[in-house]
Amino acid sequence: MTKLIDVAAVIRSKNSGPYELTFDIIFKEQAVFEDFAAKNVMTKAVFAKLYNMPESEVLSVIAFPPSKAVKITIVRPFASGALGEKDVYGAQQHGPLLTFSY
Amino acid sequence: MKEHRVLSPTAILGYGFPASSFEAGMALKPHVIAVDAGSTDPGPYYLGSGKSFTDRGAVKRDLEFMLTAALEAKIPVIIGTAGGAGADSHLDWNVEIIKEIAAEKSLSFKMAVISAQIDPEVVKKKLAEGKLREYFPAPAPTVKDIEDSVNIVAQMGHEPMVEALKAGAEVIVTGRAYDPTVFAALAVIEGFDAGLALHMGKILECAAIAATPGSGSDCMFAYLREDHFEVATLDPIRKCTATSIAAHTLYEKSNPTRLPGPGGVLDLTQTTFEQASEGTVIVRGSRFIPDDVYTLKLEAARKAGYRTVSFAATADPIMISKMDDIVKAVKERVASNFEELGEFFLDFKVYGQTGASFYGAAGPVPCEVAIIIEAVAETTAHADTICAFARSTLLHYGYEGRIATAGNLAFPFSPSDFSGGVVYAFSLYCLMEVDDPCELFPAQLYQCDKGAIL
Repeated sequence: MTKLIDVAAVIRSKNSGPYELTFDIIFKEQAVFEDFAAKNVMTKAVFAKLYNMPESEVLSVIAFPPSKAVKITIVRPFASGALGEKDVYGAQQHGPLLTFSY
Repeated sequence: MKEHRVLSPTAILGYGFPASSFEAGMALKPHVIAVDAGSTDPGPYYLGSGKSFTDRGAVKRDLEFMLTAALEAKIPVIIGTAGGAGADSHLDWNVEIIKEIAAEKSLSFKMAVISAQIDPEVVKKKLAEGKLREYFPAPAPTVKDIEDSVNIVAQMGHEPMVEALKAGAEVIVTGRAYDPTVFAALAVIEGFDAGLALHMGKILECAAIAATPGSGSDCMFAYLREDHFEVATLDPIRKCTATSIAAHTLYEKSNPTRLPGPGGVLDLTQTTFEQASEGTVIVRGSRFIPDDVYTLKLEAARKAGYRTVSFAATADPIMISKMDDIVKAVKERVASNFEELGEFFLDFKVYGQTGASFYGAAGPVPCEVAIIIEAVAETTAHADTICAFARSTLLHYGYEGRIATAGNLAFPFSPSDFSGGVVYAFSLYCLMEVDDPCELFPAQLYQCDKGAIL
């Protein structure tokens, strides 16, 4: 098993506009990124399970070779700043990814 | 070879920059100084209230550098999304700062002020004509959403800025604008490729955040040429690397290869990032694909009530283990006591458990947890009442297994409750079709003579 936190240089979350949340995993090594992308390690289903959320709300999982990155974008559970907000910028939702192994 | 040079002093007007970086940038003889001043990131409050999320003194400091240097070098300054959210009140706020600087520094220039505030009647008419489009996953706009909105703005493209530049404006300050446009407008006039100009703007709009080490308060510089652009830092401690620039393309965007904006999509599927010399990066292959129908993104906020919060904590392991049940019981108690107050919102943010996480987190049991009690109601008086009652109920709530019977909460402050004022919520986030990219963005052209508007 490889721990994501050992092979990633960046794991982050952030709003993409007020209604979406986007997660970036940027790998340290090209080969590790290519292996991760080729094996389809991260899918909508895998992400939904990790975050305990409906798969239908995971909008996309995209590999972006120029930055050795995989990007996951989801529907924000509520609009940024709506009543019940916990994280206006969405910058602290990366926790479950830190625990991910594959 | 034709070359167009752009100086981006800072990620957001008011975030600052070292004078040495700015001067290094001016020494490279830029054709324009541009800055993006806005974001929806700080939430709906700023758009709704008409206030800036940046500090007036800090904005003035940045503008003093920019205006003085640009007028001396006879190059234009373009400021996008003035005041953070880009409604008319934000624009007025920024124009006042510019006038103040002009008076203090005896500066005279031709200034264009471009509003992005949209009349609700125009939006209603567009809705009736079927020219308002849902922007999934934001909800589809309704007449009520439009009527409830206090400020409606649209993100302008580069076209209104192009018109202002052609009219001879030396200082352009705009309401809400698509972030990259302020950097691209002059380049488009000069005949450079719109795709490259906009992608350059996308990187420059966050200034040195795209460098490594990154910083939101340092300058970036770009050279736009016929078939590529090159980005460089101006502070020797920072470098642009192919990885840092490519990674920035991901930042805050849903899809790194397809960036929709006013009038079209920036397509990065063919884009390459190449390390040029030490610390600069060359970008090629970015394309702008115009849409068949020009659309603008609308943003609006509505009033959602008044907020009062109370901050407390507990160090009792029994209480911590039963927190979910306790919170539920207190909420029920508050609801039954204040049925006559009408609708209100009561929330307990339990830090150490799930205060910050959207998706829960079963971590180790903490030895202390913090609790923010939040009440939002139709008036501050009602919010105060709900918050105070929830606080006193939680303080003395007799949960099962309770041993510490003197009080359940540790309060760090007296008074324990704080009024947060008006609460706003986003009310519109959708696309609107227009026939002309400039039709909703009237520009006013003034001669600013040492602060006096002629």
